[in-house]
Amino acid sequence: MAEVMVVTSGKGGVGKTTSTAALGAALAQAGQNVAVVDFDVGLRNLDLVMGAERRVVYDLINVANGEARLSQALIRDRRIDTLHLLPASQTRDKDALTEEGVKRVIDELRERFDWVICDSPAGIERGAQLAMRYADLAVVIANPEVSSVRDSDRIIGLLDAKTMRAENGETMEKHLLLTRYDAQRAGRGEMLSVEDVLEILSIPLLGIIPESEEVLRASNVGSPVTLNNAQSAPARAYMDAAKRLCGEDVPMIIPSHKKGLLDRLFARRAA
Amino acid sequence: MNIFSLFGRKTTAPVARERLQILLSHERTTNCNADLIALLQKEVLAALAKHIDVDPSKVQIKMERREDVSLLEIDVEIPTPKADRKPASQPAKVTVRTTRRAGQAA
Repeated sequence: MAEVMVVTSGKGGVGKTTSTAALGAALAQAGQNVAVVDFDVGLRNLDLVMGAERRVVYDLINVANGEARLSQALIRDRRIDTLHLLPASQTRDKDALTEEGVKRVIDELRERFDWVICDSPAGIERGAQLAMRYADLAVVIANPEVSSVRDSDRIIGLLDAKTMRAENGETMEKHLLLTRYDAQRAGRGEMLSVEDVLEILSIPLLGIIPESEEVLRASNVGSPVTLNNAQSAPARAYMDAAKRLCGEDVPMIIPSHKKGLLDRLFARRAA
Repeated sequence: MNIFSLFGRKTTAPVARERLQILLSHERTTNCNADLIALLQKEVLAALAKHIDVDPSKVQIKMERREDVSLLEIDVEIPTPKADRKPASQPAKVTVRTTRRAGQAA
């Protein structure tokens, strides 16, 4: 049975698209059949981060409105056979997407893939609500920063109210992915710690992605960070998170780029 | 910067944490109440409409949070039937007041 997972945050720029690409690639690298779906109609970027921007022909809206078949719109990744992208439309209005259309597309994706990962647009409006509507579980992305944590709290409220699962009286599984984390600054009391954010949001932790230059390097060349440099700290953190999604019990450590004593010390303390 | 300012420097993360905790405890109840009030407005109107002809804009629902209890105020304005109306009479007003303990689930 396929898992439909929404990657959401409320706030923009915290790493939804980066995380969608990285988790999607990590799951596909582990042999899972994965589709990543861009719901950011009008401001699509998942294609660019995945390096598929010149291969887009049909998009989510075309499929939802019956103007193209799903197989025509899906773009298969050139690096990993089991990774597919369903891009968003860049020219259409976000109102072109209907709830029924989205349901049809998600139902069809469910039959063909092990994982369907929906990259939500920022905000709490229609686009974000459609991205989470048919999800079985949610990954809430937050930075250790006040505005991001507040918006994540709001999104958690929406996940518990506006999704199909919530409306059917089922529980919506939610996981926190803390991105751009700097264990040393948190250790010095300059940044909210993992414990602080967990205590405030009170949802289980999926992973901690350290702040890293590798993320920009990977998006510059259009490659998910787990593919671009699998040995890098953020890549290892995303791969651990992907393993946890598959039910593996992976100890929660913050991978670090340096192997210095101080790094290890701070990483232990913060984890 | 000298050694004293280094040690005397206040950490900011605890401030962030405290501000968030206060803000979110407030926002969680108001967001929740907004949904509840919209729902009550709809259901009270539906119940009233079965028996009396009321103007939807004349049904006011307010919730006020106080220290120990929350006050739910339902204000319904019912027009007096034309036949019995005396020259200077005001429309009849029904006010229902109910209280609930703070902290009780909305």
